[in-house]
Amino acid sequence: MNRDYFVRFTYTVMYSLVGVFVLLGLRLYYMQILKGSEYREAADSNRVRVVMLSAPRGIIYDRNGTPLVMNRPYFYASILPGSKGIDVKALASLLEIDEVKLQQRLKKEEKASFNTTVLKEGLNFQDVQRIEARRSDFPGLIIETSLTRNYVYNEVGSHIIGYLGKPTKVQLQDEYSEDITPDTFVGQWGVEELYDKNLRGIPGKQIVEVDALGRQLKVLEYIKPEMGSNITLSIDIELQSVAEELFKGKTGALVALSPNTGEVLALVSLPSFDPNDFVMGIDSDKWALLQDKSKPLINRALQSAYPPGSIFKPLVAIAGLQEGVLTPDLDLFCNGELEYGRWSFGCWKRHGHVSFHKALVESCDLYFYESGKRLGIDRIERYAKDFGLGQRTNLGIIAGSQEREGVIPSTSWKQKQLGKPWFLGETFVSAIGQGYVSVTPMQAAVMASMIANNGVKHPIVILKQKDGEAQVEKSLNIKKEHFLVVKNALYGVVNEAGGTGSAARSPLVSVAGKTGTAQVVRGRIKTELLKEEFRDHAWFIAFAPYDNPSIALSIIVEHGGHGGSAAAPIAKKVIETYIMKNSQPPS
Amino acid sequence: MRLPQINRKYLKLFDWYTLLLLVVISLTGVLTIYSATRPILSSHQPSYYIKQLLWIVIGIVCVFAVVLYDYLWLKNFAYVLYIFGIVMLVLVLMVGRSGLGAQRWFDVGIFSFQPSELFRVILIVAIGKYLSSVKGQLTKWPLGFSAIIFGLLPFILIIKQPHLGTGLILLMTYFFMALSKKIERRIIITLVVLAVMVAPLLIKPMWNSLKDYQKKRIVAFIDPSRDPRGIGYQIEQSKITIGAGMIFGRGYLKGTQGPLKFLPEKHTDFIFSVFAEEWGFAGSIFIFALYLLLFMRGIDTAMKAKDDFARHVAIGITFMLFLYFLINIGMVIGVMPVVGVPIPLMSYGGTSIVTNYIAVGILINIRMRRLVLL
Repeated sequence: MNRDYFVRFTYTVMYSLVGVFVLLGLRLYYMQILKGSEYREAADSNRVRVVMLSAPRGIIYDRNGTPLVMNRPYFYASILPGSKGIDVKALASLLEIDEVKLQQRLKKEEKASFNTTVLKEGLNFQDVQRIEARRSDFPGLIIETSLTRNYVYNEVGSHIIGYLGKPTKVQLQDEYSEDITPDTFVGQWGVEELYDKNLRGIPGKQIVEVDALGRQLKVLEYIKPEMGSNITLSIDIELQSVAEELFKGKTGALVALSPNTGEVLALVSLPSFDPNDFVMGIDSDKWALLQDKSKPLINRALQSAYPPGSIFKPLVAIAGLQEGVLTPDLDLFCNGELEYGRWSFGCWKRHGHVSFHKALVESCDLYFYESGKRLGIDRIERYAKDFGLGQRTNLGIIAGSQEREGVIPSTSWKQKQLGKPWFLGETFVSAIGQGYVSVTPMQAAVMASMIANNGVKHPIVILKQKDGEAQVEKSLNIKKEHFLVVKNALYGVVNEAGGTGSAARSPLVSVAGKTGTAQVVRGRIKTELLKEEFRDHAWFIAFAPYDNPSIALSIIVEHGGHGGSAAAPIAKKVIETYIMKNSQPPS
Repeated sequence: MRLPQINRKYLKLFDWYTLLLLVVISLTGVLTIYSATRPILSSHQPSYYIKQLLWIVIGIVCVFAVVLYDYLWLKNFAYVLYIFGIVMLVLVLMVGRSGLGAQRWFDVGIFSFQPSELFRVILIVAIGKYLSSVKGQLTKWPLGFSAIIFGLLPFILIIKQPHLGTGLILLMTYFFMALSKKIERRIIITLVVLAVMVAPLLIKPMWNSLKDYQKKRIVAFIDPSRDPRGIGYQIEQSKITIGAGMIFGRGYLKGTQGPLKFLPEKHTDFIFSVFAEEWGFAGSIFIFALYLLLFMRGIDTAMKAKDDFARHVAIGITFMLFLYFLINIGMVIGVMPVVGVPIPLMSYGGTSIVTNYIAVGILINIRMRRLVLL
């Protein structure tokens, strides 16, 4: 009886056993066949990692072949995709970053499936050693290397060279950018941004097998990164350094152009910034710069427009001569004031008898009220536009930010903008570069350059032009003799007794120029008595050598007072530096 | 004690079939251990597979040693062995070496061994003897008595080590063997009703008495994503490893999960996963078939055994081996919690291999002597 029970019992057991095996087999069928490829993929993504090899960026040289930037290796801590269960608190203290911030980055990591996620950048060698020693506590934590920039001249030329940063949303959507990751550094300002596509190169890729600790076991595939192209700027870094040194402590801009080619030789905008601060991902420093009241991130040469003041006069003079309303022998009498209806327009000084030449040399306002009246605002506008005022140069080094257009008023402009008719009094004010008129330092330099080269307009370029390759945008149909008369007067501004620009006089080279003062507040109050922020802006435009100009420049010193004293000395030194460097040794 | 003169007729009845299954399964284990522990960065192959081979050789010697003596010998010494086993369990709690947070080991000169492993066989033999001594079905008192002596006592001693997996397996083995003896129907009904009523009350205190890692395992089993780097990670990686095998596997020595250390305990508890990655569904079904044949053979042996003692011991050993297999496979395929139980015959581990060989040796012994020889 017992035996029978046992036999029945064992049969039951036997069937149950077969049943259990069938179930186990079904489970294996589900895992290995139905879900097999999914699990296979998961296993492969465990062990296979794609390492992006960033391409070295092209080097940026100045016109003489001096490298302005270097590529420098750069360490950062990042985390492998799929790394979970990490002690956030301990990791935060190891990386010396904020726990909340780390948590956010790790959260971001959960979404990334392919690439590693950067946790901390800009590690120095000690950091790397310290982290490497404790890496086994944090599975998935790795140290990666990449290349970043070293801006050799720090803040010198920073507005031209620009800086790198993480790509913006727009940059990431760019079709060119399909192989960059959100952690790649790309150009954000200056030529780094403008020529980013040339400089960037093509990143390489390494597909490696790793173990559970993230140690690299073997390379399965290797695609070599291709270095970006080098570029050579038209800038002369020595000239740039001298100019920035002279500007130290001041606010303003300087643009030096080559009148024969349209190349930018130097471009200063101060205050500026050290682009090295940007590449290490120091967000707070960048933020501080953005908050700075003096706006160091604005390129004043292109993004600020000021009333030109008296530097506008040579243009009016040329226009007057070409239009036949002025002649070199026209004499006017300046008694310091012009009565016009109910208004009176003053001159800064009683000049007495003023010839055409003296009007420019001594910057007589009264003479130009008359010139303006004879020309009319619309003709002034036409000439001003011919000389590049009121329009963008599209140099492009301000990363998509708008270059200022400046304002050259006309009767139709006023009607359109303000809905009011034009008054003759406004012509007077405009003729001496005040009122509605405003120009950027770059435009002022273009104007100076076109006066220097007798009206040839070149496209403004930041890359060095090969000999004989300078393009001409247009040549103004203005008689050369008119230019010569005006240029002679500008020579007088610097070199004659009573000239307003005598501070730019140089024993080394013949400088021609024109001072200007852009009024910040109306009325004539002694400069020294004014608080700095109400002081006038000091302008100076110049070119040299007088008889065969190879450099033309414009300078504005914000709240510098009078152009002759604040801006002209800077022009002198910059011109001397350039001429000394480029003059042919006597044969 | 002189060697017994073994009857030549017994030699003819020797169960080569079971021994063959045993050796094939355990050699598959050795090959898989070799693959699982193969180094990736260095060229030095760890010696696990050599040691395992050595244990298998010792195991085979044990099989023949066990087979030499009639199992009646075992029956005679069953209670003595049992008392000896209980003493060992107590001793290991007091003086044993702890490893991996548990006191399971004895250092015996050159090697250390786990008494709880060897105890498995002793317990089954003792239960077998007790059950064969009971006439008719198990009534209240014999059941209660044996449940305490052969069920609860070893269970408590082993979970104290703590080794929950083994403890549960032995407890279940006891009940299974008691069932095979036949328990009075009303007792079974009472037990079931009692269990249903008391279980909800016990859940909380039982949960609280669990060690932290045991709680973690249960939590991880219910929701693997809660603790992905810990136990849940193991389950997840084990599933990935098995699934990645697909139909025919990656091929021998081509598995990645084990050697690259994504899979923990790759040569012990998770050895089947490594095997499944390299040999795929086809290989896994093949190895399942081998196990199934082994268990069926054990059941067949139990049915053919010539006396009650042999019957109960045979079914008990078979069931115990099956439970280990089921719990291990259930764990690696992610349908049971991680309890750290090796798969018999394949997992790396000396004591386990030798014990299982001895256990199967007893099965062979019983089968050999199933006929009443004249």
